[in-house]
Amino acid sequence: MTKKEPFFWITVSCGLIILAFILLPLIQMLTAPSFSMLKETIQDKDVVRSIWLSIYTAGLAALIAFVFGTPLAYILARSNFRGKHLIESIIDLPIVIPHPVVGIAILSVAGKNHWLGQFFGELGIRIMGSVTGIVVVLTFVGLPFYVNAVKNGFENISPRLENVSRSLGASMFSTFSRITFPLAWRSMLIGIIMCSARAISEFGAVVVVAYHPMIAPVLLYERFESYGLKYSQPVAVWLVSVCLTLFLILRILTLRNKKDE
Amino acid sequence: MIHIEDVNINLGEFKLRDINLRIEKNEFFILMGPTGAGKTVLLEAMAGLIGVHSGRMTIAGRNVTKLPPEKRGISIVYQDYALFPHLTVLENITYGLHFHKLPKNESKKRRDRLVEELNISHLLKRLPTNLSGGENQRIALARALMVNPKVLLLDEPLSALDPGFREDIRIGLKRLHKSTDVTFLMVTHDFAEALSLADRAAIMNGGKIEQVGYMKDIFQHPDSTFVADFVGMKNLFMAHFQGTKANVNGLAIELGRTPENGHGYLAIRPEDIVLSREKLTSSMRNSFSGRVTAIVDHGLYYEVDIIVEKVLFKSLITKSSLFEMEINEGSEICLSFKSTAIHNF
Repeated sequence: MTKKEPFFWITVSCGLIILAFILLPLIQMLTAPSFSMLKETIQDKDVVRSIWLSIYTAGLAALIAFVFGTPLAYILARSNFRGKHLIESIIDLPIVIPHPVVGIAILSVAGKNHWLGQFFGELGIRIMGSVTGIVVVLTFVGLPFYVNAVKNGFENISPRLENVSRSLGASMFSTFSRITFPLAWRSMLIGIIMCSARAISEFGAVVVVAYHPMIAPVLLYERFESYGLKYSQPVAVWLVSVCLTLFLILRILTLRNKKDE
Repeated sequence: MIHIEDVNINLGEFKLRDINLRIEKNEFFILMGPTGAGKTVLLEAMAGLIGVHSGRMTIAGRNVTKLPPEKRGISIVYQDYALFPHLTVLENITYGLHFHKLPKNESKKRRDRLVEELNISHLLKRLPTNLSGGENQRIALARALMVNPKVLLLDEPLSALDPGFREDIRIGLKRLHKSTDVTFLMVTHDFAEALSLADRAAIMNGGKIEQVGYMKDIFQHPDSTFVADFVGMKNLFMAHFQGTKANVNGLAIELGRTPENGHGYLAIRPEDIVLSREKLTSSMRNSFSGRVTAIVDHGLYYEVDIIVEKVLFKSLITKSSLFEMEINEGSEICLSFKSTAIHNF
């Protein structure tokens, strides 16, 4: 065996430092609360309600991203037009804007002083302090992750497959449903996971728009502020476990299907 | 059958200009040209996958210029086959039947015939991902012919295959063409391939059609320097014609015919130039002595470059005759060619 050069050991040690940096705090937090505290926390109705709210608002955000984002991702993957880069940059904007700014920006169009807010008000839709508001915020921050993942998925499908399908008599719609969708659905699932993962972790923007009803990160923050670290840890453990389990299930589902093919 | 009239296509940097083509029913027509000539673009435009800027395309008398691809009755086989990776071979082949309703027994009959003809019956249940290039090729052909198209477009179908396979597929293609009444239109940049398959061909270059005609005519009577060079007329000279003589850089060449006086080009295929140690006393009207400047090994044959006064000729000879005549770089040698081997334009 050849002697390893110093460079090799530098890369290894940097890698170890990064792993420790990520894992140490997480493991510490996950192992800190006692079993009885965990049990007590999950019996707390507020905690269960907030985690559930977090999950289903994030899920709704991902669903909205799926419905509206898929066609957009398809266009971005398939066609070249002037201003395409501009549109791609706009899609990425929610990633780079500071989170509280997102909340404030959404409130500025949803308030009574804006025609859009007035319009929604007349329809009886309230953004401020409502589940609707939370979903709007989560969709806003999660969309870029969905669109980018699915765009990549579409780009990996050769347009020639669609061309052949068309030449064999399939309309655009049949081609999409028989060829493009079956080949792209895995990237859509990944997009949904990325989008909802991003949505479920949002705090800064949600807290501006809707402190109540309380999603899990907000509840976590409130517990930390009022009772301290010890009381926020069990909530954190539950939130993380529930999320990881959900994502794990989705991953397993997709991997198994890959094997089938 | 296929009439393309004054078609212009604009794809940003790339343009096809004034394309005019007429392809007869059940013809095996070939589109030839170097990479970037616009062959595939023209193919995709016929299939309706690329919009045309102006002009008209009709197929069997029907104007298809504005029709979507699924309404044209044109199948396409790509160089990379473009088989649907998530469908089995059988599902791939029968894909088009979702949109072309056929009585069950008829579709089965057609399927069985194609499967047998293309020898893919043992593959039907498999996914295309792990099959060889030749197998994928045959599946793509079966899928394209399953819908009984009026026209089959083939985009360089042989170039991605191993040379050993190519011969088989080429013969297969020819047989397939004979057994159907489908019009075949194939893109290739390989002249030998074209010669063995096609009735007629068009040579494209830089987004334009340079020449259309029977293979034999294109081969023997190229219309332009580009075509001459493309079909392997390696001896291509600027000439000044006067009477039956052509003056190439001071060298007088006998044409045996009287072209229009003035400037033009003169082309001779390298295999039509005969080399000899002594001056030949034969019917060949043109015989010159020169000096060998280079010998290039092409495997089965050698290209010998000979300079006669100021004119450089290229000749092809076999390995054995090269050794028999003891030709080396610098040797003095005679070259002769018939006046009928000379092409002028």
